[in-house]
Amino acid sequence: MSGKPKLHYFNGRGRMEPIRWLLAAAGVEFEESFLEKKEDLTKLQKDGFLLFQQVPMVEIDGMKMVQTRAIANYIAMKYNLYGKDLKERALIDMYVEGMFDLNELLMSYGFQPADKKEQHFATMVDKATNRYFPVFEKALKDHGKDFLVGNQLSRADVQLLEIILMAEECKPDILAKFPLLQSFKARISNIPTIKKFLQPGSQRKPPIREEDVAKVMKIFY
Amino acid sequence: MAGKPKLHYTKGRGKMESIRWLLAAAGVEFEEEFIETKEDLEKLRNDGVLLFQQVPMVEIDGMRMVQTRAILSYIAAKYNLYGKDLKERAWIDMYVEGTTDLMGMIMYLPFQPADTKEKNLALIIERATTRYFPVYEKALKDHGQDYLVGNKLSWADIHLLEAILMVEECKPDVLSAFPLLQAFKGRISNIPTIKKFLQPGSQRKPPTDEKFVALVRKIFNI
Repeated sequence: MSGKPKLHYFNGRGRMEPIRWLLAAAGVEFEESFLEKKEDLTKLQKDGFLLFQQVPMVEIDGMKMVQTRAIANYIAMKYNLYGKDLKERALIDMYVEGMFDLNELLMSYGFQPADKKEQHFATMVDKATNRYFPVFEKALKDHGKDFLVGNQLSRADVQLLEIILMAEECKPDILAKFPLLQSFKARISNIPTIKKFLQPGSQRKPPIREEDVAKVMKIFY
Repeated sequence: MAGKPKLHYTKGRGKMESIRWLLAAAGVEFEEEFIETKEDLEKLRNDGVLLFQQVPMVEIDGMRMVQTRAILSYIAAKYNLYGKDLKERAWIDMYVEGTTDLMGMIMYLPFQPADTKEKNLALIIERATTRYFPVYEKALKDHGQDYLVGNKLSWADIHLLEAILMVEECKPDVLSAFPLLQAFKGRISNIPTIKKFLQPGSQRKPPTDEKFVALVRKIFNI
């Protein structure tokens, strides 16, 4: 046993990407086992490795953890990316849940049928720029500090950077009205573990390509 | 200021119900302010008290908390319903995410088009009996204890009871193949705070009916 966490998912972002980000930001090396066809998923299910028959699944510290949020919570706590007390955790949780909601929109864009894509795109941009980004811009403005919560790096900062970069892939100038988020982006991107994750050759996954959507759907449906 | 948590939501279950359950189980008295019209929601938004313009929102300990999971995690941690260490928390989180997924399916059922209802209901029962309930039945069987995690009441137990009762509203005999869950249901229902919450006149909300669906569609524009 290598001792490194082992991630089970398809070779793409989906719901596993926030977990890759967190581990990378925490400087934790991890391995990945990719599902490439339906049989790979059914094998994991038949072997009894998936509590609710679903992935993501992460082998970590003797557990086979499932459920994205459970996994992310565990990693964040273990590596001190979850604030110093209950109140900081509450604020981090609120921010992160908002980011998960936006991430759902961003992540599912590639899987929309052609006739729904335009509407979905408009919704994504609207929500990002009118509902979510203003909240984080204001948070940074109000306390004037480098990190979202408690003046130290937390999962909220890591996830916000992830979301910003995904949103920019859809609309490169999406941060035009958010100067503090622009400097936040640069600052957090420069943290050594994160900088490394952002370089080519890391385990960060690219956006799903149209030609791969069918293949991924076949694994799960 | 009353000092009691104050819940802002419509007068129905939706995403707030799990929060009501958890507070009640913890023996925490709470107040509720109901959103009855679109204007009520707009006012909350215009007053700037909804971080992401959404409810549930709970005023608690000087915060205006939003996001269901954030609120639930805070309450669970505050009232010692979140296990004793990181590993117990991990299990509680996994279990709770499962029951959240199951209850989410049931929550959306009344909002589905009429011609898909039967199919969706069948899927809920299938998932309950083949994906979710077996997990909790096995957990109880494997350790033989009264509670899901750490031999002590936690958020996971309260959430599971809520889920069981919701599924039973869809299919009363749904626990027939799960003897340990039946015993669990009896046991957890008898915990004094929970027993009280299950009695008529409590703040527990009834299942969603057509009238409520219409109201929700109007208020939230869906």
